[in-house]
Order: sequence, then C-alpha cells, then structure tokens
Amino acid sequence: MEMTRRDIFALGAGLAAVGLINLPAEADEGMVKEAIEKFAGGMPSAGGVEIGAPEIAENGNTVPIEVAAAGATSILILAAGNPNPGVATFNFGKLAGESRASTRIRLARTQDVVAVAKMSDGSTAMARREVKVTIGGCGG
Amino acid sequence: MRKLLAIGLAGALAFAVNSAVADENAELLIEGQKMVTKLAAPEGSPFDTIYSGWVFRTDETQALAMDDFENPAMILAQYGEDLWSRADGANGKSCADCHGDASESMKGLRAQMPKWHEGKNTLFTLEDHINWSREEHQKSAPWKWESAEMLAMTAYIGLQSRGMPVNVKTDGNYKSWYDQGKELYYMRVGQLDMSCAHCHENNWGNMIRADHLSQGMINGFPLYRLKWQGVGSIHRRFSGCIKNIRGTPFKRGSDEFTALELYVASRGQGLSVETPAIRN
Amino acid sequence: MSKIKPRVKVPKKAKAGEAVTIKTLISHPMESGQRKDKQGKIIPRKIINKFVATFNGEEAFSATIEPAVAANPYIEFSVKLAESGTIQFDWTDDDGSVYSAKKKIAVS
Repeated sequence: MEMTRRDIFALGAGLAAVGLINLPAEADEGMVKEAIEKFAGGMPSAGGVEIGAPEIAENGNTVPIEVAAAGATSILILAAGNPNPGVATFNFGKLAGESRASTRIRLARTQDVVAVAKMSDGSTAMARREVKVTIGGCGG
Repeated sequence: MRKLLAIGLAGALAFAVNSAVADENAELLIEGQKMVTKLAAPEGSPFDTIYSGWVFRTDETQALAMDDFENPAMILAQYGEDLWSRADGANGKSCADCHGDASESMKGLRAQMPKWHEGKNTLFTLEDHINWSREEHQKSAPWKWESAEMLAMTAYIGLQSRGMPVNVKTDGNYKSWYDQGKELYYMRVGQLDMSCAHCHENNWGNMIRADHLSQGMINGFPLYRLKWQGVGSIHRRFSGCIKNIRGTPFKRGSDEFTALELYVASRGQGLSVETPAIRN
Repeated sequence: MSKIKPRVKVPKKAKAGEAVTIKTLISHPMESGQRKDKQGKIIPRKIINKFVATFNGEEAFSATIEPAVAANPYIEFSVKLAESGTIQFDWTDDDGSVYSAKKKIAVS
C-alpha cells in the first residue's frame, strides 16, 4: 500500500499522541488556499510579486524577508508550513514610496513563503519561495 | 568524523566546503567602523588564524550586525544607557554621578575583562565589578546575572570598548586563573564526554547538524542570539554548551566560569570587541 | 527585556517626490500563544497585532501582524512626500495598549 501524505501525518499524529515523537502542527495546503482566496477573492496567477528571503535561514526564529509588487495596495504574507499560515498583511497608502516592505518572520520548518498582492485595479498576483529552515541550536 | 583530516590544512578546506554559509574575507563594518574579525593567532595559540564568531554566520545575520538600528541587541544597550543616569540605592547615586560620561570612563574596560579587583584581591568579571560598585557605592542590591538590568549595563559598558582589541592579562595574579581556565577548556564533561576543544578547536569551520561551528570566541558578549530571541551573558553561553553535552554546568559567576572566561578571552586576544553582537 | 520600547529611523531631510526608507522596531516578546510553560500550560498569546504610519494625519503604510512575525518586530517601508511634516508611528498590543513614536521630516 502506498503511503499517502495523509497516512504519514495520521501515523505521526498517532505517535505524537503517545508522546513518542514531537510533531509540530503543520498548516495544510487547504488552509493556505483558504487564506489566499479569502484575501484575493480567488486564486491569483503566479508572477508579479517579488519575495526576498534567505535560501537557508540561520534560525527559524528570525528570518528576514522582503516583499514587493509594483502597484500593489496590499500584500499578504503566508508561511505555508507553519501551524497557522498567516504572517502579516502590508497595506500601502498613497504616500508609500513603493509597494515594498521588509520584516522578520518565524518559520517552524523548511517551507514556502507565499506572497499575494492586490492591485489598485482589483487584479491579484502571487509568488512562492522556499526557505530552508534547519535545526541547529547548539549552545543552550 | 571524516572532516577531521581537513583541519590540518588550517581550516582552509573547511571553509571551502562551507562557503555557502561563511566568508572569511567578509569585512565587518559597524556603523562604518571596521572591526578586526580575522587575525594572526597570538603566541601559544593552537590556531594559525583566529576568527570572530561573526565570520561563521549567514550573510543575513552578518548584515544585522552592521547597523545599530537593525541589531536587536542595541535595544538593551540603550536601556543600559538609561540605567547609567538613574539613581539607585540608599546613597541615591547613579553610575554617572561618580563615573561621569561612560564613553570616557568606561572606554576600554570591557576589552580587559575579566579584570583583577584590587580591593577584593580576586579576579572579577564585568558583572562582578558592576555589582561590587552597586553594593559599595550606591548601597543598592546586586543585579542578578541574567537580569535585563545586568545585561543592559554590560551591553552598554561593553559598547564603550567596541572596535578596541581584546586585551586580557594572563600573567602574575592572573596566571593561576588562566591555568584553571585552560584545564577546564580541555576537560571532558557530561554524558557526551566532550570538552570545549572538541568542537571549537578540533572542528571549528565544520557543521554540527545545522550549526556552523566557530572558534568559540567571546569578543561580542553580551550578545543577541537568534536562538534565545534575546540577549545573554558569557556564562549563559558556557552553561548552555555544557547542558548540550549533558553535563551539569557551573554556576554563573562561579570561580570556574570566571577562570574559563579569562582563558577563552585570551584565545581571542587582538580581535575587536563587538559588544553587543548578534549571533545565531 | 520587559520594557516595550519603539524605535524609528527616519531621515531628517528628504527630496519631494523621492522615496525614503523608514525603519521601525519595537522591543516586544511577541508571545505566540504556542509555547508552554514548565507546568505544561499554554503561555497566553500577547503580540503587537497592528502597526500604522501616518504622515500629517494621512495613513501612508500599515501592517496587520500575526504571531509568525519575529520577536522585536522590525518593519521597513518607504514613503514619498511632497511637503515637510511629522510621521506618527503607532503599534497596538493585543491588550489594547498603543505605543507611539513621532519624527519630523523636512522635505524640500
């Protein structure tokens, strides 16, 4: 029998329940899709959004990221692999220099950062970028 | 550990392997001031070249160190600045009342820590000096080692030495402490039966799981660790390492950790003080 | 670090119509509500959930913030101004407190 992702998660959840492994809860793609559609009113096509992020995060606690989308009035940031995918929404007013902003986020594991942009004309755009998050953590 | 063979080539091969996460030629400029992060090792050192821990961090973490606004450790140093002028204790004095402008009176102090205390005739860390002055001159209660106030003050005082070379004494009164510190450095501890040297001398430049091992220098303390999401002291770091080896750590401020601090500081002699630094 | 303090970096001068970078930071633990204490109880969520920057009263930039934003939230953005004035920064905590900072900027 082929093990589907769902089977592995079910197994993991079972083991976690017995306390054998510590499996942090993970957002599933359904939650991510829901969040995107709630913000964009549909599934945007890919492209037109830049995501700046490290290839490998030094520590999942503090991952610097930058998002930009020319002409966007707001940009939603999601972490597709976090227990809850929502990260932040940036809103650009008329006085904003450009539709670009940076922050530092928490990523629970290697995952895609998703940025969804809404333009002033109502159109939407989206991009995804993988950030590797490692478990190092020497030194107490 | 197949990578052990590579260490003999003065770490050069190790860097080539890990070039994605370290660049030993990267320059650290903090607010435009150049820091010495790479130096010919002092006499008697087991290394040929010594490197600040900054060198081993990712580009993004290194960048955070270069701007005082972006460096989260500076928030606490600012709190330290506020505390400097704040009266405390029964005598109603602030640090400033006796010590005046910290940028003058405290300049170079952190670079010499741990430093002998003539009155108590023993070796004191910066925390010990601060608490002695609080009790003696302010008649105020000592600060806990890892309290926000102590971290803030050591960060602020440390900042007044930023850019200056680490310069600790190891002779005279200091020798017996130096010897004890050295012994502790090479002593195997804990369930994993490892010493500081196993990682920081034999395997610096290598990866331990996903951590890029440094030479274990302390020129940036107290510092902001991404892992702690906050600032911590030298003794906290020592303590954490020992716990990782599943040993029982010595206490903050103990003679053992003070001796170890002196020895580890001497291994970094000449590197610039980067306090308050940022690391992983 | 128990004090919640905002910090902002705003250039003192700017050219009209030219984008200038604004850097902001507030010292805040951003307790996510996911962590447990030593007794195994969930430590309640307490974060900065909103950030707003207004210039001469007009909103230039804002952010709604979730627990996935790192401790000591750092937000960088830019503004393009036509006149001199004051930028006001407000951070809202889950508990309702609002922390503020103000900076004047001369535009020529």
